[in-house]
Amino acid sequence: MTSSSFSDILQFFFMGLQRGCIYALAAMGFNMIYNATGIINFAQGEFVVLGGLMMVTLTMAVKLPIPLAFLSTTVFVTLVGIAMERFTINPVKHPTVLRLIIITIAVSIIIKGLAMCFWGKNSHFMRHFSSTETLDFYGATILPQTLWIIGILLLIVAGYIYFFNYTMTGKCMRACAINRDAARLAGINDRKMVMLSFALSAGIGAIAGIIITPIIQMDYARGALLGIKGFGAAVLGGLGNSMGAIIAGVFIGILEALAAGYISSHYMDAIALIILMLVLFVRPSGIFGSSEAMRLKEF
Amino acid sequence: MKNRSLLILCALSVLLSLASTTVVSAGEYHVGCIFSITGKASWLGEPERNTAEMIAKKINEAGGINGNKLVLHVEDDQGDNTQAVNAANKLIKKDKVCAIIGPSTSATSMAIIKIVDEAKIPLLSCAGAAVIVEPVAERKWVFKTPQKDSDCVKRIYDHMKSKGLKDIGIITTTTGFGGAGREQLKKIAAEYGINLVADETYDPTATDMTAQLMKIKNAGAQAVVNWSIEPAQSIVPQNMKQLKMTIPLYQSHGFGNLKYVEAAGEAAEGIIFPAGRLLAVDTVPADHPQKKVLADYRDEYEKNNKDKVSTFGGHAYDALNILANALKKVGDDPAKLRDEIEKTEFVGTAGVFKFSATDHCGLDKTAFEMLTVKNGKFVVLGQ
Repeated sequence: MTSSSFSDILQFFFMGLQRGCIYALAAMGFNMIYNATGIINFAQGEFVVLGGLMMVTLTMAVKLPIPLAFLSTTVFVTLVGIAMERFTINPVKHPTVLRLIIITIAVSIIIKGLAMCFWGKNSHFMRHFSSTETLDFYGATILPQTLWIIGILLLIVAGYIYFFNYTMTGKCMRACAINRDAARLAGINDRKMVMLSFALSAGIGAIAGIIITPIIQMDYARGALLGIKGFGAAVLGGLGNSMGAIIAGVFIGILEALAAGYISSHYMDAIALIILMLVLFVRPSGIFGSSEAMRLKEF
Repeated sequence: MKNRSLLILCALSVLLSLASTTVVSAGEYHVGCIFSITGKASWLGEPERNTAEMIAKKINEAGGINGNKLVLHVEDDQGDNTQAVNAANKLIKKDKVCAIIGPSTSATSMAIIKIVDEAKIPLLSCAGAAVIVEPVAERKWVFKTPQKDSDCVKRIYDHMKSKGLKDIGIITTTTGFGGAGREQLKKIAAEYGINLVADETYDPTATDMTAQLMKIKNAGAQAVVNWSIEPAQSIVPQNMKQLKMTIPLYQSHGFGNLKYVEAAGEAAEGIIFPAGRLLAVDTVPADHPQKKVLADYRDEYEKNNKDKVSTFGGHAYDALNILANALKKVGDDPAKLRDEIEKTEFVGTAGVFKFSATDHCGLDKTAFEMLTVKNGKFVVLGQ
């Protein structure tokens, strides 16, 4: 009995890890834009959906090989992110936080509508990256696709650390996040940094969509829930803190899976929202955020 | 002054009421359709709408019904109960329809029963739950064309009995369709000596059912029954494969679309489910009474539409044809139509209908054929 209950826990852990990675990626996207502009981009979930749906079209209909489709999809969604910034965020005359947030909500509704027109209302599916034969691991099973998801998340994290610590552009973006006025005085083009943040966050969203679609399928309406879960992770990790977001995302995923297994699968989706509310009530700066820094922020 | 404005008001209201009665001009039969064309149940509503419009066009091109043009008023309820109620009210009060076809889902059908009952307008629902037409005493104006979910359960249990499967786990979605299926699965189990060792549910938007399936696995079930709407039909088999569960998976007639087989890939092989014969037309014997109807409808649907034929469009085919036959015989008086439908015998896509005063579905469990998935295709299951 004990061995079977151990393998059960392990199974739920894998299940949670798989979804947690996606929340972590969504949360990273939120943070990137938050750091550059101080706003929450409510179209983040739509980037994930667009990534998933585009990947389905390119692999299942156009029959591109997976690496090529992966690349084209990421580029496509990145361009959508850039277009979003150029046409809806950049031209705003008096950019206040509230105004920009409302714009992102509008954009999310537009993207959702367009996705519905292009891809229809059905759920779309695609093949796994490699085999669908599950691997045994101490009595629990894990899909090769889950290993892909974990691997790609780790790669992105490594790329993220490198980019923000060792490249000039990354350092400029960080400078803008810390103090935009000072960064501008130092000669950094802050508007360009905003655009770049949208591009990166759209790209990361697209990758999240691409890697999860083989397991959960994708339809046009998934964005809102994915977005909220990612937002929950971002808040729990401390808004703006991407490493915190990754840990928080995986944590929420695992907690959800355990709740589904041991409490009720019915209230699984409520877990992220309950955590989100608790954090906002008790410690609005998040677990990994600093309350000092929080006080200086506008939102 | 006040009197005059009152007078004008009276005159206007008389004019308005005249205007609204003249909307229904002679030489036209107005029929209402409520389908879930958009929203979560669009996989039902879309083929139904396509089918209804296809048949109406065909009837009108052939000169209408006794020279009267068949006018369809198609409303989209988006799978939402409130929208369905609004649509029913609009069809009855504004469009003055003589009968309504649809709605697509069990929940939306239940929502408008009271309205058609009060307005005394016959309703031909395209949804599966048996409660839509039972008890018949309270469903004077309501008929339905899909096979009953209770008969679907009976066929599944029949098959399990023949294979000696006793302890089973059920997993159902929390929609009207899934909820009604769960009730029937629980109600009929004892009759067949089936023991439910696990009873799991999931949200219609859920994308991962491994937690529920693990509970079923740990409860020692010999088989699983999944009762769901898209996309769970194809996720449950994948999750089972992931957990290396090798016990047989039975699904409801909601699995009746090849798209779900494609989506589930290899994991779909061997799934057993009851469905109308439409899905396996080619394997239906040539002398079967439904053979011609099925083949004709499939060919016509696939010629006019891009997607593959599904049983759901077939339900609209049956409903509209039954109504058209009744209109041909008695005209568009709702009460006469109701009485005529109640006497109808009709060979349709879902089965051979025999409506009566005690049966407003007209089909029994023989309308279902047990199908299975073999090499990515539906085939009739050999006993």
